[in-house]
Amino acid sequence: MKKDKIDEPTGVETTGHSWDGIEELNNPLPRWWLWTLYGCIVWGVGYSIAYPAWPMLSGATTGLLGYSTRAEVAEQIVEHEQKNQGLVAQLIAADLSELPATSDLHRYGIARGGSVFRAQCSQCHGSGAAGSKGYPNLLDDNWLWGGSIDEISTTVAHGIRNETDEDAHFSQMPAFKDILENDDITAVVEYVISLSNTEFNSDLARQGETVYADNCASCHGDDAKGDREQGAPNLADAIWLYGGDRETLTTTVKQARYGVMPAWGQRLSDEDVRAVSLYVHALGGGE
Amino acid sequence: MNYIKLLLLALIAFVAALGTNWGIDAAYKTHAFIIMLIAIGVFIMVLRNIDEPIKVAPDQGKYSDSVIRAGVIATAFWGIAGFLVGTFIAFQLAFPSLNFDWGQPFTNFGRLRPLHTSAVIFAFGGNALIATSFYVVQRTSGVRLWGGKTAWFVFWGYQIFIVLAATGYLLGSTQSKEYAEPEWYVDIWLTIVWLAYLAVYLGTIFNRREKHIYVANWFYLSFIITVAMLHLINNLSIPVSFWGSKSVQVFSGVQDAMTQWWYGHNAVGFFLTAGFLGMMYYFVPKQAERPVYSYKLSIIHFWALIFLYIWAGPHHLHYTALPDWASTLGMVFSIILWMPSWGGMINGLMTLQGAWDKLRTDPILRMFVLSLGFYGMSTFEGPMMSIRAVNSLSHYTDWTIGHVHSGALGWNGMITFACIYFLTPRLWGRKQMYSMSAINWHFWLATLGIVLYAASMWVTGIMEGLMWREVDDQGFLVNSFADTVSAKFPMYVVRGLGGVMFLSGALIMVWNMWMTIRGAKPVHAPLPNAIPAE
Repeated sequence: MKKDKIDEPTGVETTGHSWDGIEELNNPLPRWWLWTLYGCIVWGVGYSIAYPAWPMLSGATTGLLGYSTRAEVAEQIVEHEQKNQGLVAQLIAADLSELPATSDLHRYGIARGGSVFRAQCSQCHGSGAAGSKGYPNLLDDNWLWGGSIDEISTTVAHGIRNETDEDAHFSQMPAFKDILENDDITAVVEYVISLSNTEFNSDLARQGETVYADNCASCHGDDAKGDREQGAPNLADAIWLYGGDRETLTTTVKQARYGVMPAWGQRLSDEDVRAVSLYVHALGGGE
Repeated sequence: MNYIKLLLLALIAFVAALGTNWGIDAAYKTHAFIIMLIAIGVFIMVLRNIDEPIKVAPDQGKYSDSVIRAGVIATAFWGIAGFLVGTFIAFQLAFPSLNFDWGQPFTNFGRLRPLHTSAVIFAFGGNALIATSFYVVQRTSGVRLWGGKTAWFVFWGYQIFIVLAATGYLLGSTQSKEYAEPEWYVDIWLTIVWLAYLAVYLGTIFNRREKHIYVANWFYLSFIITVAMLHLINNLSIPVSFWGSKSVQVFSGVQDAMTQWWYGHNAVGFFLTAGFLGMMYYFVPKQAERPVYSYKLSIIHFWALIFLYIWAGPHHLHYTALPDWASTLGMVFSIILWMPSWGGMINGLMTLQGAWDKLRTDPILRMFVLSLGFYGMSTFEGPMMSIRAVNSLSHYTDWTIGHVHSGALGWNGMITFACIYFLTPRLWGRKQMYSMSAINWHFWLATLGIVLYAASMWVTGIMEGLMWREVDDQGFLVNSFADTVSAKFPMYVVRGLGGVMFLSGALIMVWNMWMTIRGAKPVHAPLPNAIPAE
């Protein structure tokens, strides 16, 4: 094949090779293509001088503009924090129970409290705050240690039964397996069930009523409606922290429970504690 | 030689039998069982032929095309499987009840998604690459495939890899690396198969009767070599136990992430781009019956492409633990990559110079041209999305999914369909496909399907990106994640419909192939009386 073979329709010479009948034209690189490629390269060199790019022996070039993605985010955060400074001061000073729901401060507190909740509280109480076994539901109006904003705030700041905060809520139910006979436990469980359930053994429950009066009423109350001073749950409302079936209740009576909550006041700022209290209070059951 | 084979197969069957009993997890046991059955089957086959006189293959003067015929059928088969799963999981995203409570955990989106991606990339795309590369390397070298039956080993070995990977996903075996999910023993098997593939390919090129190596072979070879390298390094891991599928990566943290996306991006770059450009460089000039537009362009864009692609991976990790400098470099290389990528499109499209009128009458050529159009579009979109500021909007959104699919369906899918339409009649001795109007239907169904897919994903992607970053005057996020999910619902349905159209087109193709192949005799094309070109 001759090197200067000319392709008919285009009038361009071929390279003279042929593979399985395929030939190649000897067209030059398209100019616009080449210049765009050069342009991109020049831009790339410039950009990598302006921004952190080239790895060196220790660390990399930081770029003439001193840009970093982390600094960019930090800048945006600072900008919002500065704008919100007034609101933060108000959040600490204001009486949260009196806050009108339409105010900017209320909106700020709820939004801030919500993000604190999602980051710190949702692991136990659930992202929707509905709780789970052993972790109270925060959406209802059933409170172990009180449901006003101040009470919630105290619980959040100091926690429950932890060993890090002297002011943590503390109470301890005895493990009745060493105190009561098994028959008495079966009876008192039946009595507790009878308080909120229609299906129970009435003879057994009557038997259990005396056991209850002697052993349980001092904390849970004669009417079994609980006592917030000691975090003793209401037993008559069909709301259960660990479960209201016979088996679970028997376990609870025999072994007792010891739910712990950390003292968030030691980890969060005052405004975060107040904001998350405002948020939890507004979830539905606040008093 | 046969006795060694028998010994080896017996050993494999024995160890696999042990694995079936002692395996720690379901995936491992199932795989050991499959391997045992295959080893026993091959053992019996070898045993039946043992001590038989060695037949001299009668077709020495002909191309070895049987393995390519098998590859074309496998490509179509896995294509349908992959598209079907893809369409199904698209509807799962729109209607979560399609995850089926009764089918858990096997029918969960999380398990079907890698099944879809691997089926379309590795099973459909991989078979298409292996089959076309075997076809092209023989034609452009003027010799039979090197290595006798090694090509068949590559074909069946690759199918076994696919089956092990797919069943592994369903049974919950994964190393959680995108596009590299298969566990250690499947990786080792693929390595063996891939090295055999490389040997067949290189051997054929060494034997060639043409003086120069044709450009399509540069691309195929770069694809085979680079994929081997990527696969080896990204899958470096230590098995927890020889009798279990779980393994632990040797890299950790951001090093592992960077290795993964160095691999992941170059799976796109070398598997789905370089390899498919190899296809383009042979089949487009063939179908158009025109010379390649520019030899110079093919050299320059080849070297620029393979040099630049390998650095572009960090753009998958903008705004992560990856240091800023690496992220910048990834972005810079991605943008410089724009023109080298377009070189392939220009060379393909301009090859039609003097034959543009054929587009009116030839639906196969139209498919080639459309695939090049989508190639050009996604290789512009890619560099654009790698820009940090654009990426902060697009990353983690459906925009990325749309981008991938306009490339995968438009470029890889369309060019593969066109190649199948090119190869089927030639391999089975027909003048052309059974129905040319069916090709037209396929063309339009697929095109509309891709448009619905890509457009709906642009809309949801940009919408959810904007919703995620929307903050109120106090700096708090306005939308929750679930808000974006419910806002995307209508577009998810549109995307699913796009998938249905794309799948229907492929089904028409399979019917067309069936009608073409039915009753036809395989062709054993003779080698050319090759005179080396100057």
